Amino acid sequence: MIEKLEKREISSRQIIEAHIARIEEVEKDINAFISLDKEGALKEADLIDGKIKNGEELGILAGVPIGIKDNIITKDFKTTAASKMLENFQPPYDATVVARIKESQGIIIGKNNLDEFAMGGSNRTSYFGHVKNPLDRERVPGGSSGGSAAALAAREIPLSLASDTGGSIRQPASYCGVVGLKPTYGTISRYGLMPLSNSLDQIGVMARDVKDALLLLNSISGYDKLDTTSTKTDTRISIDEKTLLDDIKGLKIGLPREFFQNDIDKSIKSEIDKSINKFIEAGAIVEEVSLPHVKYSPEIYMVLCYGDASSNMARFDGIRYGYRAEDYESLDELYIKTRSESLGYEVKKRILLGTYLLSENRGEEYFKKAQKLRSLLIEDFNQVFSSYDIILTPTSPVLPHYINKEKPYYRDFAEAVNIAGLCGISLPCKDGLPIGLQLIGDRFKDEKIIKAAMAYERMVE
Amino acid sequence: MGYKTIIGLEIHVELMTKSKIFCSCTNEFGGEANTHCCPICLGLPGALPSLNEEVIQYGIKSGIAFNSKINQKTKMDKKNYFYSDLVKGYQTSQDDIPLCQGGYIEIEDENGPKKVHLTRIHIEEDTGKSIHTESGDTFLDYNRAGVPLIEIVSEPEMNSAEEARLFLEKLRATLKYIEVSDCKMEEGSLRCDININVIDNETGKKTNISEIKNLNSFRAAVRSIEYEEERHIGLLKEGKNTSKETRRWDEVESKTILMREKGAAADYRYAVDGDILPIEISDEWVDRIKSSLPELPHAKKERFIRDYELSEYDAEVLTQSRDLALFYENTLKHIDDPKLVSNWIMGDVLRRLNEEDLEIDSLKFSAKDLADLISLVRDGKINNNTGKKVLREMFESGKSPDTIVKEKGLVQISDEGELSSIIDKILDDNQQSIEDFKNGKDRAIGFLMGQIMKESKGKANPQVVNKILMEKIKER
Repeated sequence: MIEKLEKREISSRQIIEAHIARIEEVEKDINAFISLDKEGALKEADLIDGKIKNGEELGILAGVPIGIKDNIITKDFKTTAASKMLENFQPPYDATVVARIKESQGIIIGKNNLDEFAMGGSNRTSYFGHVKNPLDRERVPGGSSGGSAAALAAREIPLSLASDTGGSIRQPASYCGVVGLKPTYGTISRYGLMPLSNSLDQIGVMARDVKDALLLLNSISGYDKLDTTSTKTDTRISIDEKTLLDDIKGLKIGLPREFFQNDIDKSIKSEIDKSINKFIEAGAIVEEVSLPHVKYSPEIYMVLCYGDASSNMARFDGIRYGYRAEDYESLDELYIKTRSESLGYEVKKRILLGTYLLSENRGEEYFKKAQKLRSLLIEDFNQVFSSYDIILTPTSPVLPHYINKEKPYYRDFAEAVNIAGLCGISLPCKDGLPIGLQLIGDRFKDEKIIKAAMAYERMVE
Repeated sequence: MGYKTIIGLEIHVELMTKSKIFCSCTNEFGGEANTHCCPICLGLPGALPSLNEEVIQYGIKSGIAFNSKINQKTKMDKKNYFYSDLVKGYQTSQDDIPLCQGGYIEIEDENGPKKVHLTRIHIEEDTGKSIHTESGDTFLDYNRAGVPLIEIVSEPEMNSAEEARLFLEKLRATLKYIEVSDCKMEEGSLRCDININVIDNETGKKTNISEIKNLNSFRAAVRSIEYEEERHIGLLKEGKNTSKETRRWDEVESKTILMREKGAAADYRYAVDGDILPIEISDEWVDRIKSSLPELPHAKKERFIRDYELSEYDAEVLTQSRDLALFYENTLKHIDDPKLVSNWIMGDVLRRLNEEDLEIDSLKFSAKDLADLISLVRDGKINNNTGKKVLREMFESGKSPDTIVKEKGLVQISDEGELSSIIDKILDDNQQSIEDFKNGKDRAIGFLMGQIMKESKGKANPQVVNKILMEKIKER
């Protein structure tokens, strides 16, 4: 697309108009966006066309329409986190990632739907309605970045920016058959991402192929003085596409047996096996490994995430911005009514549980144990990464469930990647199937999983 | 005494860093409401804190000055509670690992020196300010949100209002010395909470601790302690006890008033703030800060006693503030007589400042001016009384002593010829006094001196007059 733009085969305005047309065609049904900025996008497009005409140099995202998950702050443009609480919230600043996209001349076309405050895995907790899976509109798109994944799958946008605290990019990518990358913690500034769990949250990128995802990654990654947890190391990744397949030879891939047990769906197991065979055929060395503590990751996640979430949500009190209840007699009543009326069930559940988990008498019992288990899990991964380059797993052990049916019970370990601060990418096993292959890399070894993912795309072409 | 009072203090001090603790907003008192704010100090969703290194530095400075141990590894924690002036629903503070641990402040009263130990000093952010109107509305000003604070917690080791006052004086003087805070209680840059209870020495029975919040002057602190002491003892005498409660001092009523009962201790659900990296403090950093610290009050006092041979009391007063000590030493640069200069400053200068409730830095004249004045008196150019008059004029106009002396024609008459003629005149007029003196009435000399001074309009040099007068009386 960028190439065509540079060669003047197509104008920026034409690109945006085409995407708006597609959005208008499918959006009523898919509901992947909470708000759209069609006029703003067209105005940006005209500016870029002007630059092209004048022969000015273009940014690396010039003219590309991009969707932003609506828990990422956009200046003077409604940012709701899919909550009634922030239904009319117009923030006065840009998230660092948004500012960087604007600098690279990417065009923000709208804000994607999500689970309320990114709490959920099926995109059914949004105040603005659930999102449908474009691959099968009876099914959920996954979550919490369900809107981002669905918009890509429905070809409403080519790139989207989302966030992943416990699988929120990778799982919907898998359910909607697109690519979702959660880079290593610290790779991308979190400044302007509404916090869920501060040491687990990571902004990441979603696209229809790995190359596009990498393009967006490179335009937003790197140190930001506004996020002191962001890394100062060089995060730019450049990949030599000519040697992609050669580099698979001798690549050591670990298959953690814990990810292939019990709850895994048979069709997923067989597709993943096929993928593994492709890697073996290409010369990779694939062996079974074990991550003994990974089985605790849902519990570690719950304690860390809910605890953080309860205090992160405390700022939404109806005093300075956001929803405020109409009738109240006292400050306490203002808080209680405001929060009761404007926050959804899942959010309330996590606030209550988190408050309980952090309470004085429980802190020792739960929090310290979770911290200990987190260290043990990190140690497990360190062990594996001392002899293997990457880890391969199914992204989700199950297929997307039906929207109008309860979520079936299963245990998955997507959170393990966040708990250990690693990088993970989900990519479709095969076109047209909502089955995702997850590659996990060690901290700041994002290049390894991105290269392997691109090579895999070549193998299945 | 049958009762023992136990007092512990918690002091919040706003640090004079250039910017706030987590953002680059200016750290300035006042300003139009809600103008020193940004997404970070307003706690908008998604905004992240960047810990200001200057705040850690100021905290370490304070720790060193109060003999605390500086923890090499520390962190910031979230203290969760709801209030409308708290923007994030939690205050970013420090829980189990404070920046500084232990330490002490030495106070001294008539019973001798005493070390009051500190529990800890930690860094945290200030909250916004609620302004309640009479009509029942509340306005919120978030200019103060994110202003850096240190909280200093003492052990419950003070046993009287006087000890608490001395502790607070010393604490304030030290913090001002090391320039971490201006400690202006009226602007809230030093705020003090008191924990107090009383033990019956005979029965060992203790009252429950009362907490008195937000005292806005040392005087209020002292008076509220005295009030509480009496209240607690009164209740014990009646066989009752106080309840665990928070009170405030009412200046108008001169008493403490119940704010709220303390039920179960508040649960702040402390948790690490994951947005702020753990803080590591190297020995080298601490050493660097240590060597940059100015001489502390105690060391300065010791030096004044040693080098200037001042009394314990004089040295204590002169080192009470860094500016006063500096003024004293600057004066000494121009006149090398430590005791004499001390007398002038301790006497007329401080008396005048205290009367007008002014600080030394509001003087209109310089240390050199004072030195010149003292020289004029010492060298007999003007006499002592005239000197005091000139000093008063210096306070008013800020003119140099030389100018004042010249303008008002105050130069002392030391010329023996000139004085002789005045003395002759007075003696001629007061024959009786000469007789009296010769008959052993020493008082008569005083009368004659007074007449001579009057005649000379106070300018006569008393020593010279005395010498000539005695000679002349003998001759008659």
